[in-house]
Amino acid sequence: MNKGGAFFGVGYLLGLFVALVAFWLAMSGLMKPLLLSLGAVSVAITLFLAMRLDVVDKESAPYLRWPVFIGYWFWLMGEIIKANWRVIRACLRADLDINPALVKVKTRCKSDLAKTTFANSITLTPGTVTLSVEGDKLLVHALYEQDAEPGAFDDMDRRTAAAAEGAPA
Amino acid sequence: MEIWEAFLANFHAWRPWAGALLCVLGAVLVVIGTVGVVRFPDFYTRMHAASVTDTSGATSLLLGMGLMSPDLVTVFKLAAIWVFLFLTGPTATHAIANAAHVAGMQPVTGARARGDVGEREGD
Repeated sequence: MNKGGAFFGVGYLLGLFVALVAFWLAMSGLMKPLLLSLGAVSVAITLFLAMRLDVVDKESAPYLRWPVFIGYWFWLMGEIIKANWRVIRACLRADLDINPALVKVKTRCKSDLAKTTFANSITLTPGTVTLSVEGDKLLVHALYEQDAEPGAFDDMDRRTAAAAEGAPA
Repeated sequence: MEIWEAFLANFHAWRPWAGALLCVLGAVLVVIGTVGVVRFPDFYTRMHAASVTDTSGATSLLLGMGLMSPDLVTVFKLAAIWVFLFLTGPTATHAIANAAHVAGMQPVTGARARGDVGEREGD
């Protein structure tokens, strides 16, 4: 761990604390003392367990990147709607015109978080599923070969890298 | 602006109808996904059809339920369900697909997938 590690550790813990408290309040919506104290105990136990497990880092609490992630999320929603339309048409066409293919996709993402986001984005988009991730190569199964031709995932790859790693878009 | 104000003023009047409409749309999308699961030739292609169910189908159903819900706490809970679905859905899909891939299941590719619909290979 570097010098800033301890400082950021406290920051991430605080962020997790705020997120958990907000989540509890929004979920219960009741302000009775008993429920609030139960919430406080739950938050304390969760924080303790997270610290014990040593999972409080920029991957489990990436709230500094939230604005970028939300932008990416909206763009991904658009892609999902477009892809949904293609798969719905494929399901309902009288003559089956699918053309499934296996392709290898190279990614520019370096960190595990970015790679996971990229692989999950591909899987979330109907018509393409990530089968495996090895190093910087993803094995993708596509319902239509033309959806997965070289360069088809370039845009998503670039945006994921920008959102999860802060790489210039 | 006037139209917008009228739109908001009648929000509670059209809310249940819009919600019901979205729920029906969601149900239709789920049925379409199921049709795809039945029609597509092999495991991997069927997975694509199933993903229609858990992306647009679930989104539409949850939006409809949100419009019909009595208070904001319920809306927030539905939103949380939606976020968790969109995080766990692809993870589960990937786990299943990866298991099939690791087990050595070969996908039917290209034109072969279009013929022999209904005849499955190897299982």
